[in-house]
Amino acid sequence: MSRLVDIIVAAKRSGEVMRLVEAVPYARSMGISAITVEGELLGRLSFGEHLIGNPMLPALHGGVIGALLESTAIFQLMWETEAILLPKTITLTVDYLRSGRAQDTFARGILTRQGRRVANVRVEAWQDDRSRPIAVASAHFLLKTEEMPAPAEDEAG
Amino acid sequence: MVDLSPPDEAEQLRQLHALNRQFERIVPHNRWLGLELVELAPARATFRLPYAEKLVGNPETGVLHGGAISAAMDAACGTAVFQALKKPMFIATLDLRIDYLKPATPLQAVTLRAHCYKVTRSVAFVRGLAFHDDESDPIASGAGSFMLGTRSSRAAEDDKDDRGDERAKGGE
Repeated sequence: MSRLVDIIVAAKRSGEVMRLVEAVPYARSMGISAITVEGELLGRLSFGEHLIGNPMLPALHGGVIGALLESTAIFQLMWETEAILLPKTITLTVDYLRSGRAQDTFARGILTRQGRRVANVRVEAWQDDRSRPIAVASAHFLLKTEEMPAPAEDEAG
Repeated sequence: MVDLSPPDEAEQLRQLHALNRQFERIVPHNRWLGLELVELAPARATFRLPYAEKLVGNPETGVLHGGAISAAMDAACGTAVFQALKKPMFIATLDLRIDYLKPATPLQAVTLRAHCYKVTRSVAFVRGLAFHDDESDPIASGAGSFMLGTRSSRAAEDDKDDRGDERAKGGE
C-alpha cells in the first residue's frame, strides 16, 4: 500500500479522508490534514511555531496559508472527481484578507467547474469565525486520470 | 551610540538592506523551509530553496510540493518590496498569483528571484520567477501586490478596521 494511486483509491473506498494526506510528506511536515466535519471535507492546518512569518505579531506566513488553500483544493478534487492521480496545479491566486493568528486554520474548497482536463476550485480559509475569512483563493488544476482501473463512464466536460 | 544623523543616501540604503537581511533570517517559516538569502539589490531579491524530503508533494516522483514553492515565492516577493522602499515600514500581501510552469526536478535546489517593479503611495507590485539554473526555463512565476504602511503584516484591511480588536482577541 505504498503507491499513491492505491492510497487514494483506498481512502476513497473507505471514506477515510485523512489517508489522502498521509501519503504527502509536505502535508505531514507542515501539519496539514484533511478532516470531515458534519459531512463537509475541510483542510486543517494545525498551528506550529514553524508556520510563523511575522514573529512580532505573531502572524502566520502568507505562504503557509497559500499552502493550506492549495492542499484543500487538491483534497476536494481527489474526493469529488474521478481523478486518481494527484491533480497538478496550473495557477493559484490567493487574496489575503486578514492576518492569520497563531492558531489552527481551516479551509473549505468548492469545485466550481470541472471539465475533462481542467478543474476550477475556490477555497476559503478561516480561524475562529467562518464568516470572517483570512484568505480566499481560486485555482486551476490539470486533471489526469491515466491508469484508470476500469473505463469510467465518460461524461465529464 | 547609534549615529542617527542622516548619512548619504547610499549608506542609508546599505543599512536598510542589512536590516532586511536580518529580518529574513528571523522569520521562523523561512528558516523551516531552509530558505537562503542569496542576493539583495535595489528592488530585487534572490533566494535559494534547497531540496528537502519534508517539502516533497509527491513521494513517488520526489517532486517538491507547490506550497513550498509558493511560500518561498511569497518570501522573495516580500523582500523585493522591502528592497524597493526608501524607509522601513510594514507591508502586507494583498494577493499573490503563482503559475506552475513545470515540475521542479527532484534533489535540485530552486532559485527564486523577485523584482518589485512599481511602488505607489499605498501599493507595491512584484513579479518573481522560480527556476533551477536557467532563468529562461522557469518552474513557476509569481505576481503579487503588497499594501504599504500597514500597522501589521498581512493586514489587507484598512488600519481603521478591526485590527485592534483582533489583537485584543489574540491576547486573551
